[in-house]
Amino acid sequence: MLKYQTILSDIYEGLTEITKGRFDINEQSKLIEQLDLDSLQIMGLILDIEDHFDISIPVNVLKDVKTVKDLVVQIEKLSRDEG
Amino acid sequence: MFNKFKTMAANRHELDMLGINPFNIQVEKIISPTEGVINGQHTILAGTNNYLGLTFDPECIAAASIALENEGTGTTGSRMANGSYSGHRKLETEIAEFYGKRDSIVFSTGYLANLGMLSTLAGPDDMVLLDGDCHASIYDGCKLGGAKTMRFRHNDIDNLAKRMERLGDRAAKTLIVVEGLYSMLGDVALLKEIVEVKREYGGYLLVDEAHSLGILGEKGCGLSEELDVMDDIDFIVGTFSKSLGGAGGFCVSNHEELDLIRYSSRPYVFTASPSPATIATTRQALKKLSAGTHLRKRLHENAARLHAGLKELGYTLGAPPSPVIAVVLDSKLEALHFWNDLLELGIYVNLMMPPATPNGAFLVRCSVSSAHTTEQIDMICAAFSKLRVIA
Repeated sequence: MLKYQTILSDIYEGLTEITKGRFDINEQSKLIEQLDLDSLQIMGLILDIEDHFDISIPVNVLKDVKTVKDLVVQIEKLSRDEG
Repeated sequence: MFNKFKTMAANRHELDMLGINPFNIQVEKIISPTEGVINGQHTILAGTNNYLGLTFDPECIAAASIALENEGTGTTGSRMANGSYSGHRKLETEIAEFYGKRDSIVFSTGYLANLGMLSTLAGPDDMVLLDGDCHASIYDGCKLGGAKTMRFRHNDIDNLAKRMERLGDRAAKTLIVVEGLYSMLGDVALLKEIVEVKREYGGYLLVDEAHSLGILGEKGCGLSEELDVMDDIDFIVGTFSKSLGGAGGFCVSNHEELDLIRYSSRPYVFTASPSPATIATTRQALKKLSAGTHLRKRLHENAARLHAGLKELGYTLGAPPSPVIAVVLDSKLEALHFWNDLLELGIYVNLMMPPATPNGAFLVRCSVSSAHTTEQIDMICAAFSKLRVIA
């Protein structure tokens, strides 16, 4: 099972790369409203996360994901379920 | 409640300010499968998915007229409530025979075919793995059914295999969904390789042949026929509204449970069934398709001519030659003006923008018809040529 802090650190790294360092990212950062991610970027991010953490992320769970923290919590939960 | 439309309102305002609205075109008069009047100007239609040009076919029109006369204008409800007319079941038998499959279900539109099949096949306990470039109707069907839906990178076989492997025992119960010919760029699925993945990991495979019916394969069944993998496909979905020039959708399958889907599919149960005229014209168009290859041959000749012409002009094209030819442009503004300039030159094509497009691309998308004359194809090329000079 993946640890919250490990996931958070990796997500920060991924988001910084996608947003080209334009934003100060924290757990409360909103993916769409504040980090300016569009649906295609989010799709790419999810595919990368699946491969990076070796988990499957159903599209359905994304409806509950608004912030970086929401995303990390979902990944933690999915890794726990799959583990 | 209306706050969520603010972004849409801003986008529309931007188009209004430019005086360009590609999403609200009025065809003032439709003259033929390839010609109409738009903004008072005679226009060549090269963005209507009328691949075989059958919308004005005299035999299809005659069949529709007879049905209209004999059976009335509509069915006034669903087949479940109001019963099936003779043509509904006949069309289902004929489309199943055309594909060499056990049975079929006819839906009222192509959108409803995907919505009805996916929402019913894959429920909350099931997994769906779909190509990232799949059509909105496929996403919506998965959403309606509540299946655990995951995506793989478009046409990336290793990416698909990796995801199937990751699913472990669940892979054998997973529904893989792809399209035959992808409607935005005109590229085709790597269906042989996808079938191999299914053979290795198990699962089921649904192929949406909406844009490949009538276009690919010796009989015109689509990509699954062209690549000789029809037996490996569990469900083929398609539409009557493109090559067959009518309206409606279908699913064919050898699974005997297909008939049970009819009773469980909300988009089937709660929708008015296709009108008698719609069924009659579709049956006639299917006969035309089954009868010969001349329309398909002409279509591919036209597609090759347009593709070659645009390529020679130096445009970046989305895929190798197919009846869908997408010109990739650099920005939204460039795409809007380009589309509008083409219209002013008497050529109607589609403007496609994110999020509907792969990789956030801005596309001017042509769809070729077998009804286009060589002169019309050359006129389309000439218009693109003029804009190339300006650019």
